[in-house]
Amino acid sequence: MSFDSATVQKIARLARIAISDDEAEKLQGELSAILGWVEMLNEVDVEGVAPMTSVTPMTLKKRRDEVTDGGYAEKVTANAPESDEHFFVVPKVVE
Amino acid sequence: MYEEARETDPKKYIAGAAGDWELVVGLEVHAQISSKSKLFSGASAEYGGEPNDHVSIVDAAMPGMLPVINEFCVRQAVKTGLGLKAQINLRSVFDRKNYFYPDLPQGYQISQFKDPIVGPGTVLLDMKDGARVEIGIERLHMEQDAGKSIHDQHPSKTYVDLNRSGVALMEIVSLPDIRSSEEARAYVTKLRSILRYLGTCDGNMEEGSMRADVNVSVRRPGDPFGTRCEIKNVNSIRYVGQAIEYEARRQIDILEEGGSIDQETRLFDPKSGKTRAMRSKEEAHDYRYFPDPDLLPLEFTREWVDEIAAELPELPDEKRARLMSDYGLSAYDAGVLVADQASSAYFEKVATGRNAKLAVNWVMGDLSASANEKNVGLDQVGISPDQLGGLIDLIEDKTISGKIAKDVFEILLAEGGDPRTIVEDKGLKQVTDTGAIEAAVDEVIAANPDKVAEVREKPRMAGWFVGQVMKATGGKANPKAVNDILKAKLGL
Amino acid sequence: MSKLSDLTIAGMRDGLAGKSFSATELAESSITAIEAARDLNAFVTEAPEKALEMARTSDARIAKGEAGPLEGIPLGIKDLYCTEGTLTTASSHILDGFVPGYESTVTANLWGDGAVMLGKLACDEFAMGSSNETSYYGNVINPWRNRGSNKPLVPGGSSGGSSAAVAARLCPGATATDTGGSIRQPAAFTGTVGIKPTYGRCSRWGIAAFASSLDQAGPITRTVRDAAIMLRSMAGHDPKDSTSVDIALPDFEAALTGDIRGMKIGIPKEYRMDGMKAEIETLWTQGIGWLKDAGAEIIDISLPHTKYALPAYYIVANAEASSNLARYDGVKYGLREQGVDITELYEKTRAAGFGAEVKRRILMGTYVLSAGYYDAYYLRAQKVRTLIKRDFEQVFETIDTILTPSTPTAAFAAGEKTDPIDMYLNDIFTVTVNMSGLPAISIPAGLSSEGTPLGLQLIGKAFDEETLFRVGGVLEEAAGFDAAPENWWA
Ligand SMILES: [Mg+2]
Ligand SMILES: [Zn+2]
Repeated sequence: MSFDSATVQKIARLARIAISDDEAEKLQGELSAILGWVEMLNEVDVEGVAPMTSVTPMTLKKRRDEVTDGGYAEKVTANAPESDEHFFVVPKVVE
Repeated sequence: MYEEARETDPKKYIAGAAGDWELVVGLEVHAQISSKSKLFSGASAEYGGEPNDHVSIVDAAMPGMLPVINEFCVRQAVKTGLGLKAQINLRSVFDRKNYFYPDLPQGYQISQFKDPIVGPGTVLLDMKDGARVEIGIERLHMEQDAGKSIHDQHPSKTYVDLNRSGVALMEIVSLPDIRSSEEARAYVTKLRSILRYLGTCDGNMEEGSMRADVNVSVRRPGDPFGTRCEIKNVNSIRYVGQAIEYEARRQIDILEEGGSIDQETRLFDPKSGKTRAMRSKEEAHDYRYFPDPDLLPLEFTREWVDEIAAELPELPDEKRARLMSDYGLSAYDAGVLVADQASSAYFEKVATGRNAKLAVNWVMGDLSASANEKNVGLDQVGISPDQLGGLIDLIEDKTISGKIAKDVFEILLAEGGDPRTIVEDKGLKQVTDTGAIEAAVDEVIAANPDKVAEVREKPRMAGWFVGQVMKATGGKANPKAVNDILKAKLGL
Repeated sequence: MSKLSDLTIAGMRDGLAGKSFSATELAESSITAIEAARDLNAFVTEAPEKALEMARTSDARIAKGEAGPLEGIPLGIKDLYCTEGTLTTASSHILDGFVPGYESTVTANLWGDGAVMLGKLACDEFAMGSSNETSYYGNVINPWRNRGSNKPLVPGGSSGGSSAAVAARLCPGATATDTGGSIRQPAAFTGTVGIKPTYGRCSRWGIAAFASSLDQAGPITRTVRDAAIMLRSMAGHDPKDSTSVDIALPDFEAALTGDIRGMKIGIPKEYRMDGMKAEIETLWTQGIGWLKDAGAEIIDISLPHTKYALPAYYIVANAEASSNLARYDGVKYGLREQGVDITELYEKTRAAGFGAEVKRRILMGTYVLSAGYYDAYYLRAQKVRTLIKRDFEQVFETIDTILTPSTPTAAFAAGEKTDPIDMYLNDIFTVTVNMSGLPAISIPAGLSSEGTPLGLQLIGKAFDEETLFRVGGVLEEAAGFDAAPENWWA
């Protein structure tokens, strides 16, 4: 498997990380090498093997339906780069 | 592969410039699960609130935050699945649906993709023309709602409120079995009614508790499915109908001009009644679903499901059948009554232990008319089931006539009170004492010798005498008694 | 040992109990040591005022006879743990200025038991690295140096700040996290003890996530006993973490009986890698001898899927990371770079906020989950993971614990490894354990030819950390590792 730079840019776009052409070129080589290396997994016979869902045996924990949290808008927005009256603020999004 | 379950009645086809078109609609309804707290956090799920007030640090996706599932929401989803006569999956999986949006704080939505909690089911529709239409449910899955982006607060900024972020939703996906806007509206109405009966969603569309993504395509009858467009987040039943009608016409126009339909996401604008393509032409979505590693598969036992099934209330279809058989209601009347739980409960309170036919007439007649006039439910007209029942009792025991009852109904509506007291206080009691009626008849006969002669020639004139006697008794005389006595005295 | 800060946790505990010194004196001693060791760059944030305030509270509790199990013990906290009111960065620029309004469960447990926080320790950015060269705040330097050299060595990673601080005796213990070896490998590189408990033993709540199904908190200390003491306080069921287990928490310290007679120790043949350095091989053989001498039975075992663990790990860990790190988007906290629209804001913020290794892993993870590749990569890796775990389940039917080297080499020089895969191979002996959720401990067992530490690893059954402490105590005793780095920094 080898990456072309268009694929790198496409993936970077999906991941919302701006990358320069130089970076894309470098990543193209590195990611190709890593994917080449993981190809060795194709040697493993996984026929009929269930994918792992829980690494230690346990059942999903559940909570009761009670309001136990919230009510602290100040704390929620305290670290926000931009906020106004407890709203988070971002550049206008067009739908 | 989906096999089409139904044939469309050609009457439903949409006429085009060159031949008929068939409409195909599938709906994805997002219904907010009625619960106190959110799906994966302990913050309040209540509608409204100050900005970011119903938000926990889990909902705001602070570093290191983890989801813990609300057991009651799971129960609600199972209950809904049972109400949709659907398959309940004893093992389901929460997946992450990855995409970036400012009101999606985690950068992913926790949803169910491959293994939903509820599998195939059905919803039955009773159409006005008496037809019963079966709409297939493909699946129901649980997921988190996103927050709210407010675009009109500031000229160049979007404001984000996460109060809804993490609220539990059920996404109920229908098969593309719907063939008209009328059916689509009936489907959402019926679904809402089922959810309300179950108490799993309040169905309050103005507050966004229920929203529909509407998938619309058209085709020539008999052809395979056409390319569909998805109209996102339509938030009223009426708009669902309008959006479908506009969209079908738009697609037909394009196709008839030799064009083709782009599969795209569109928005419905209630002001113009039109749909438009979303402006943010996002690149093809690639949600990179994978099982959420912060959660384990959701598993429960058949016994637990059976327990919930045992607690299920009577649902609209069952109630409709029962109202028809117990009270002799017509299919249509029964359908109307069960659509709203409060209305059918009202009816049953009135009808229980009384003459069912009278109860139906009054509830579906005068009471419904008042309700429609006020645009409220039957239970909110202002007359309690006891009051209306009392009125019916007075008719049944012949204390008043049907005609007087209408007057008493108006009094109840305007002033309230106990029907029997009203009748007594206002002296509206029916006169059944034959002596008193006989006296009145004698008086009328004595005062009108010419009319007496006339009526012997033309027996149809008897009505005039009845009117005179009723007038003389202030409308309270029992009409049948008046008739009998008149006939005897006049020798008719 | 002339300074209080040189004491072990057990030593400090005894001294405090015997009123030989106060918690405040202990904290002061550590603060002095930390200030003198800034050349190591182990701390992102030093918190002397906080430490002194907590120490005074400890002294008050000790005076009232209300001391907790860790009362007055000064600890360093890996900067992946959110600490209320104290800057928390995950050693990333993207968490610029982030001050949590909440405390991670594990650190809250420590404070609840009386421990004192000295500050926040550097790590590889979001725990992604094996050398502590990916921190936004610069490399952490290993207190150890090759014999006769001034060349800086890496302290291992990702918990390199933790390992360096403990090795340099800036604190007797530090919290760490281990996703693919990030506790054990830095412990091995610095002559310290590091245990990754069973997945689910410690709560992940409040620890910035790298790979949810692999991350696990644990301590780095200088002795096995200290690790037992500290883990007991860190661990425990947390209702806020759906993957935290609700089982009894044993008294780990009590497991240190020194008696391993009749215990069965497995030696996996697959860990004898091609081209493994002779000194590693020798150390391993030595370790086998020590355990045999102590009365344990040595059994050759096979874990056939071992070599697939590392590539499968990089698929699973990066896939999870690509999603876990999506929340760092410049909207709610941390760094924001301006953009003309929201997409540009995201792209510029994440480009500026993440370092090269983190970006590489996010992209790799995004790719293996993307349409058309999920089955071939992610799903297959999760199936291989099942097989890796099955290997362990089978051998643990007949043995009690497994002995392996901790790392294929001793600490290397900063800047030496530039090829990502070469770097990833550091975790070859440690990563199988994360893939299987099992507990494992690294114990300093000897010195390399360059005079730097080497570690041996014990792998246990799920939730059987007690065996690791018991056997680990014996191994520690037998190895008699008492070397310490020369103090060149103060
Ligand atoms: Mg949808
Ligand atoms: Zn949805």
